[in-house]
Amino acid sequence: MTLQEIIKQLDLTLLTEKKDFDQVIPSSGYASDLLSCVMAGAQKQGVWVTLQMHGNIVAVGALLELSAIIVTEGATPDEETIAKANEEGITLLTTNEPTYYVCGRLWEMGLRDIG
Amino acid sequence: MQRSNGCEERTINDNSAGRITRVEELAYELQISEVMTGDVEVVTPDLPMARVLELFRQARISGAPVVADDNLVGIVSIEDLIRSLTQGDLEAPVRDYMTTELITTRATDPVVEALKLFDRTQVGRLPVLDQNGKLTGIITKGDINHGLLKELQQDYQAEEIKRYRASHLFEDIASDRTSLILRYTIEPRNFTQGGMASSSIKRVLLRLGANPQIARRCGIAIYEAEMNLVIHATNGGVIQAEIEPHLISMEVIDDGPGIEDTELAMKPGYSTASEEVREMGFGAGMGLANIQRCVDEMSIKSAPNNGTRLEMKIFLQTDHQLEEERLRNDTPRDY
Repeated sequence: MTLQEIIKQLDLTLLTEKKDFDQVIPSSGYASDLLSCVMAGAQKQGVWVTLQMHGNIVAVGALLELSAIIVTEGATPDEETIAKANEEGITLLTTNEPTYYVCGRLWEMGLRDIG
Repeated sequence: MQRSNGCEERTINDNSAGRITRVEELAYELQISEVMTGDVEVVTPDLPMARVLELFRQARISGAPVVADDNLVGIVSIEDLIRSLTQGDLEAPVRDYMTTELITTRATDPVVEALKLFDRTQVGRLPVLDQNGKLTGIITKGDINHGLLKELQQDYQAEEIKRYRASHLFEDIASDRTSLILRYTIEPRNFTQGGMASSSIKRVLLRLGANPQIARRCGIAIYEAEMNLVIHATNGGVIQAEIEPHLISMEVIDDGPGIEDTELAMKPGYSTASEEVREMGFGAGMGLANIQRCVDEMSIKSAPNNGTRLEMKIFLQTDHQLEEERLRNDTPRDY
């Protein structure tokens, strides 16, 4: 499954620069709002679902080389965070849906690898 | 340069500046003179259109500036030629068919100015004038594409060379013990800056040709230590990473408040972080446990009201050593 399909089916809003998302195939999924847990649990090229929206999520995303960060419940990262994400090549997506719903849909779509 | 009305200048503020691509940047950096065609075929106003047809065919061009007494007076294009052809008027002079409403650009302007003109007008080529207003070249969209691609190619080669040099750094320098030391000062409570040192160290390691898995482990360990300085250390602290061909040694030092019980602090889930910091997703009590998982050796020395000194080591194995080990064990493995 490509990131493009995920963005389309979950109707996610892209905050960062457009990339060739048809070529991005997420390895796995991870959901947590505790950054150290993400550091320990999220896999390379994985998708991370979180409520956090401050600039440090980009540092986590970049270090783990995540394919995307999905920020849930309508939380919107600020301009500085978005600029930093573009600089690091991290894709930021948002949705009004809660984390549980997003994970459920990702699971349904077949993204069941949890690393 | 002529400017038509309603020209929309794109302003750049700090926010959008962060999102400008390298190509856009180049369009501002490169001068028109660097990408234009300098050696231009020109015609005179008296030349019959039949000769223009001949010139276009021979030189494989689709337009030419018209110059009289060293001054640019017009431009003649393949469209003008077609008009004279359909009227059976090929013997007429160029002046009867040339375009005299000239849109020109300056040699010293950035390429982006030419791009704006192409965008705004429907012209296919722009005569380029020097500071004295004399014709010095001609520029098409093709010239710009070619110029930008050439420049990007050079960027790419420069990066390749840097990468190559960096990955051979240790081989190039002969000493009894060569090492590279990176130092970072971490400010207390600066969450925006948090993660900069770890990202930087990881990038350096990759550039030096380290195994990506090792660079990742190192990045995670430094990140946790870095955030500990941001969150807990009274005055922030210092991170020092020493890179040697076989070993990365990292030291993270601060001057307080110290850890009461280091053994307890190592326990997953134990945290002394404030509620405010926890709301940001820090203080999960996993930091030191994560570090332990990522490094080969670690030690913490600390006492209350004293500083903390965290030392970590990651041993590096070269691909060659890994291969030797694999042959020695001679057991099939998934790689």
